[in-house]
Parts: sequence; C-alpha cells; structure tokens
Amino acid sequence: MATSLTSKPTVVAFFEWFGDLGVFFGRLVRMALVPPYEGREFLRQLDLIGPKSLPLVLLAGCATGTVMSLQMREALVRFGGKSLLPSVIVYSMLKETGPIITALIVSGRVGAGIGAEIGSMKVTEQVDAMEASAVNPLKFLVLTRVVACILTLPLLTVAATFGGIFMGWITATLTDPISLRLFFLNGFKGATFNDFLPPILKTTVFGLIIGLVASFQGMRTQGGTEGVGRSATSSVVLCSLFIILADVILVKFIQLFLS
Amino acid sequence: MTPAIQASDLHKTFGHQVVLNGISFSVAKGETLAVLGRSGTGKSVLLRLLVGLEAADSGSIRIQDREITDLRNEALSETRKKVGYLFQQGALYDSLTVAENVAFPLERHTKLNPAEIQTKVQELLSAVGLEAHAGKMPSDISGGMQKRVALARALALDPDIFLFDEPTAGLDPITANEISLLILEQKQKRGITSVVVTHDVHGVRTFADRVALLNEGAIVAEGTMADLDKNRTPFVVDFLKGSS
Repeated sequence: MATSLTSKPTVVAFFEWFGDLGVFFGRLVRMALVPPYEGREFLRQLDLIGPKSLPLVLLAGCATGTVMSLQMREALVRFGGKSLLPSVIVYSMLKETGPIITALIVSGRVGAGIGAEIGSMKVTEQVDAMEASAVNPLKFLVLTRVVACILTLPLLTVAATFGGIFMGWITATLTDPISLRLFFLNGFKGATFNDFLPPILKTTVFGLIIGLVASFQGMRTQGGTEGVGRSATSSVVLCSLFIILADVILVKFIQLFLS
Repeated sequence: MTPAIQASDLHKTFGHQVVLNGISFSVAKGETLAVLGRSGTGKSVLLRLLVGLEAADSGSIRIQDREITDLRNEALSETRKKVGYLFQQGALYDSLTVAENVAFPLERHTKLNPAEIQTKVQELLSAVGLEAHAGKMPSDISGGMQKRVALARALALDPDIFLFDEPTAGLDPITANEISLLILEQKQKRGITSVVVTHDVHGVRTFADRVALLNEGAIVAEGTMADLDKNRTPFVVDFLKGSS
C-alpha cells in the first residue's frame, strides 16, 4: 500500500514518496508520447486553470506592485536613488516577484482544486470506473491538468507582472507625476531579451510542479472525505514548498547558463 | 464449451490480511453467478481482480479464454471493453451530466458520430427508464437512479460480461427489486454473462442461475439457490436465515 508523506513522516516514507512520484512522472511522460489525447478535457482544464485564475493572479500582482512602489520609493529617496524606482519595480516584478507570486497563488487555487477533485474521484471509485471502462485515468485526469498548468503559468505570470508594473507606475505617479512611457523607458533601460525570457520560462517548471504534485496527491487519496481534505491541504503545502525550492535552483541555473 | 470466466486458485492479501485464499470458479457463457458472503470477505476484491483493477498475488483468471493476469495497458484495455462493471455507489462522473456519463465510453471506444452517440445514449437511458433525466447532474438524481444510469453506462459498449458490485445495496425494496429485474432483463435480452456480488438473497432468487457463498476468503458452498437451501452446513444455514 502507498504511504503518505503527511501521515508517516519517517525517512523511509519520505524517500518512498519521492520514489513513487518519480515512477508516476515516468508513467506520465510515457503516456504523453502515445496518442490518443483527450483534447476536450484539456481545453476544459485550460479554461479552469487559466482564465478563471486570472482575476486573482492579477489582483495579487497589482497589490504587490503597489506595495513595492511605496516601500522602494522610501528606501531609494533615503539613498538619493529615486530615479531608479521604475527599474527596481520592472526588474523585481519581471525577474522574481511576478513569477513567484503567480506560482504561489495558482498553487493555492489550482493545486488544492486538483488534489481535492482527483481525490474525491478516487474515493468515490470514479477513477476505477474510468479504468474499468478502458479509459486511462492518468491520461484523462492527470496529463490534461499537468499540460494545462505548464502552458498557463507563463501567461498568468505575464499578466501579474504587467499588472504589478502598471500599479507601481500609478502609485509612483501619485507622488511624483511621471508618464507611463517615461516610466517604461526608464524601467527597461539597458534590458535585454535574456533578462526577461528565462524568468518567465521558469514558470513552466512551476506549472509542472503544481500539476504533477497535486495530481499525485489526489491519486493517492485514501479514507473518504477526510482523505480528500488531506489531499487538498498537502497538495497546496507541497506545491508551495517545491516551488520555493525549485526557484532557488532555477535562479542559480539561469544565472550560470542563461543570463 | 469454454467458460466465459475461469478463475483458478486466486490468492490476494493486503498486508497481513488474507482476503482471498485459493478461490476457483467458472461462469459459463450467458450464465449469472451470484457471489454471496458477509461484509469484508473479499467479494468486491474478487470483482476487481476479474477486471484487472487489482492484481492477484497468485492464480489464474481467464476471460473468454484469455489469461488476463499478465496483460498490461492496451491488451488489458481490449479485454475491459468487453466487460461492463457496475460499481457499488454507481461511480458516475460527477462533473458530467447523466447523458454525458453514458456517452463517455462511446466517445472513446466507438467510431459513432455525435448524432449516433446521442441516439444510442437515448436508447440506453430508455432501457433503464431514465430518458427524461438525460440533462441532470448525478447529484440531482436519487441513489437508485444513479445505479440505473451506471448500468446504462456500463452497457454502452455492449459488453459480453457484466460484473455487478452490490447492485441493490442501500436501496429501498421496490427499487432493489427493479434493479434485480433489470439484471434479469439484460441476461434474457442480451445473453450477458454476469457475476453479481451481493448480500441480497431475495434478489439472487430472481436473477441468479448459480450461487457461490464466500467465507474467510474461500468458497464454502456452491450450486443453485435450491442447493443452498438444502445445505445443512451451519454457516450456510445461518447466512440464509440471517438474510431472510
């Protein structure tokens, strides 16, 4: 029987969990290479994960941009670098804050949803019913969600980032009026394509983590409604944790090889 | 004639708990076998083994003369298409409507166009008396109706073999009788081979050709219901008396 990381926090359970996750990912990759594909379910998941997460992600990005503008302005004024405010906001939002805020918001909203939905299907035998009717649940339920997460995360990140930059400008201009054009020109001064593309692309890894870990936790659900609750919670906790850890690794990787 | 289902010396354990301890039985084509037994004696596990949802620790299962214990992926899927499975709680997909549930296997395993699928879905829902509820969500219909929708879904691919897991559990006597008659009707109309796991001795008298009584992971009595009525083994007597 599969063991749960949350209910058996031993060293053995810890490594067993990673081993099971690795096997699960391997099976998923094999499934991804063999048609047929579940196009309609994939589009449904794209809609559920993308447009339906947009308002929340945009709100978080805007709030972060506003706070950043307020806080940074104070600090920069103190050191006589007020003119650097657009650059600080643009670089910070594009390189780190936008991607990580988006990933954490999506892991809360989508990760919990995937964990709970698949978990509920598991305990009510819907996953078994699918398998018994010769439909592969990994392909139908998991692959569609994982790919939808991978594709939507960068787009949501772009939305959150530009929402943050825009609100940063609004906040800045309320104190010291500056045109949007000038704010952008100052903000992006000296920037190259390589500054911005890798941070956006790293969110595809965050998307993979959210889709994969939440689906995995959902498929391991045992024990009725209590188990579904546990899966939803552990999905969010593990997704958030792995996103932060992956961010540390990816930032170093980008600095070494791509920037 | 080759049996439709042949199980030999099946063993299954979960941890230290022995669930099935050397079960052997066969079901002839067109026959309905009822598997009776107390809760937790491995009846549902037995059904899950027959369709490959669980793997047996040892033993052999032949479905239409094909060994399925060593089948994987596509080959197992091909066998599963010939087997309908009615789950204890129906296991309807709760994000799909009644009609979409029934259409689900048709969309994936047949070459029917959308109009033909719609017609077939209507036929299947009519057969279980639910054509008026096609647009409803599973949560908006009763438990008995959910089981009938699940039956329609499991019949969609015209299976040769049908596995029923507690088809009448949790239903009122009238609805339970309706489900028993539906099982009988499928057998008479389509000649389907069935294995029915149940506690419902009254229902068994309606639809079963033969009965196997399970206790502690083994078959302790087998035969027609009349044979079991004559059996004087204490467990058989107690079980039938307790069920009546």
